[in-house]
Amino acid sequence: MGVMLSLIAVLVIVLVPLAGSQVSGLQYVFGVFFPYAGFAVLLAGFVFKVLNWAKSPVPFRIPTTAGQEFSLPWIKQAKLDNPSTTTGVIGRMAFEILAFRSLFRNTKAELRSGNLIYGPAKWLWLGALAFHWAFFIIAVRHLRLFVQPIPGWVEFLDKIDSIMQIGTPPVYITDVLLIGGVTFLLLRRLLIPRVRYISLPADYFPLFLILAIGTTGILMRFFIRTDIVAVKSLLVGLATFHPFIPKNVGAIFFIHATLVSVLMAYFPFSKLMHLGGIFLSPTRNLANNNRMVRHVNPWSYPVKVHTYDEYEDEFRDLMKGAGIPVERE
Amino acid sequence: MYDANKIIPGLVIFVGLMTFPIWAGMGKAEPVPKPKIDTPVIKEMAEKHCVESKNYMADYHMQMLITWRDKALRDGKRIYVSSSGQKYNVSLQNTCMKCHSNKKEFCDKCHNYVGVKPYCWDCHIEPIEPKGNVL
Ligand code: HEC
Ligand code: HEC
Ligand code: HEC
Repeated sequence: MGVMLSLIAVLVIVLVPLAGSQVSGLQYVFGVFFPYAGFAVLLAGFVFKVLNWAKSPVPFRIPTTAGQEFSLPWIKQAKLDNPSTTTGVIGRMAFEILAFRSLFRNTKAELRSGNLIYGPAKWLWLGALAFHWAFFIIAVRHLRLFVQPIPGWVEFLDKIDSIMQIGTPPVYITDVLLIGGVTFLLLRRLLIPRVRYISLPADYFPLFLILAIGTTGILMRFFIRTDIVAVKSLLVGLATFHPFIPKNVGAIFFIHATLVSVLMAYFPFSKLMHLGGIFLSPTRNLANNNRMVRHVNPWSYPVKVHTYDEYEDEFRDLMKGAGIPVERE
Repeated sequence: MYDANKIIPGLVIFVGLMTFPIWAGMGKAEPVPKPKIDTPVIKEMAEKHCVESKNYMADYHMQMLITWRDKALRDGKRIYVSSSGQKYNVSLQNTCMKCHSNKKEFCDKCHNYVGVKPYCWDCHIEPIEPKGNVL
């Protein structure tokens, strides 16, 4: 059900620009209006979401303690998995963001001859890591089509990515990893009954969308080519705020661009916001220093208290009179 | 808002990186390259046309070249018959580069713009351009 719904939604996003870009006036909508709108929604939505999250107080440290905490000098602390300093937290976050360290610890439970046993399960980690890095590198690589002159490091990245020199134009390593990774993540949802049971349209839709983006990109590179010089002039036009639609840009580009625009607009309001969320995860980005530093609850207000000293000052004479011992005479 | 001292700089960095193409391209209105076809061989042509239509060449020339190579070296087919019936000798240096002898003003113009560096010239030899043509 959720699968079909998501698939149909993505197919509609493909078919609308396919038909629409045949009408010359509408090309402006798919090539200029949608990308601008999608990008604006992405930026504004992202900032709004993060600022909204930042409104929640974090009164107490709640990091997951995945190792020995800071203790006596002769007990070795797990500095990355249970950090007590900012440096440790930065290290932990870096591993989390760049290498998905906590996903690496993923385990799998299985019944074997009547016993429940736990074992390592690394495939999800590997698939996710390959997919995310490939997606990131592909996005950065696309700068060659947005910026003129092309920065040296973008050309370098492009060169490394196509270093296998398979075919002309050469196949990018990241293209293979991206499609492989998304396919794996999708099959995992479809084929493992437990995962399928908890999967919603909101899980399938981004996967289909990204798969469609990758597929149209690869089609445009190898099978349904279009004039890349014209495409670049369009994209540079967007980036320099002189938008125009050149001639000779095929429907395949408008489909690709529309899919990306939808992804950008969808991003801040979906699970994809884990891009921003990972940085704001209290179970990861807080140092475990609950007992080393005083953490003041941000919503506590000054309570009017009456200390024992004050009490005694007030009633000293009466207390003495009644024979009750006092601390100070 | 809590932790503004970390979250605000983080957001500024995010927006800065995301808008890189905008501020990197600011004030650099570079024109779309116009590959030059004013070579001696092309000038002598009565009807100035490429192996296939201009649009097809612009989109598909790299794939055409590689099928040419495969056809020539694997199947021994060194004659290409174009869709208009014209016969061409299948050769990068002796066909394409005879007409397009101004590689720097033609092939490289487009390729620099889109950031591709065909590695063909590791082995194949670029046409020697007369001094006047090279700027
Ligand atoms: C007979 C001479 C001739 C040969 C051989 C030739 N070309 Fe061309 N080529 C031309 C001419 C003339 C044009 C301009 C066509 C036009 O403007 O309609 C052109 C245009 C092109 C274009 C499009 C340029 C643009 O502005 O969009 C490309 C790309 C191209 N040629 C590549 C090649 C390649 C690759 C080969 C070898 C497979 C080749 N040409 C062989 C004469 C030739
Ligand atoms: C109209 C502009 C234009 C002209 C002229 C042109 N090319 Fe290209 N060329 C391109 C584009 C665009 C690409 C591919 C860009 C992409 O797919 O990212 C390309 C790619 C290639 C590739 C594949 C290399 C790779 O890394 O992707 C080869 C080989 C190639 N061109 C050969 C030639 C030769 C030889 C000439 C001169 C005879 C020539 N081209 C002229 C625009 C042009
Ligand atoms: C490793 C060196 C090398 C590289 C790199 C290379 N070639 Fe070649 N190419 C050759 C050799 C050797 C031949 C054989 C020449 C012959 O038998 O006619 C050849 C032949 C060809 C031919 C057919 C024959 C002819 O006269 O042109 C074409 C077309 C061709 N190459 C295109 C390309 C293109 C396009 C590229 C870049 C994508 C490329 N080659 C890269 C070595 C290379």
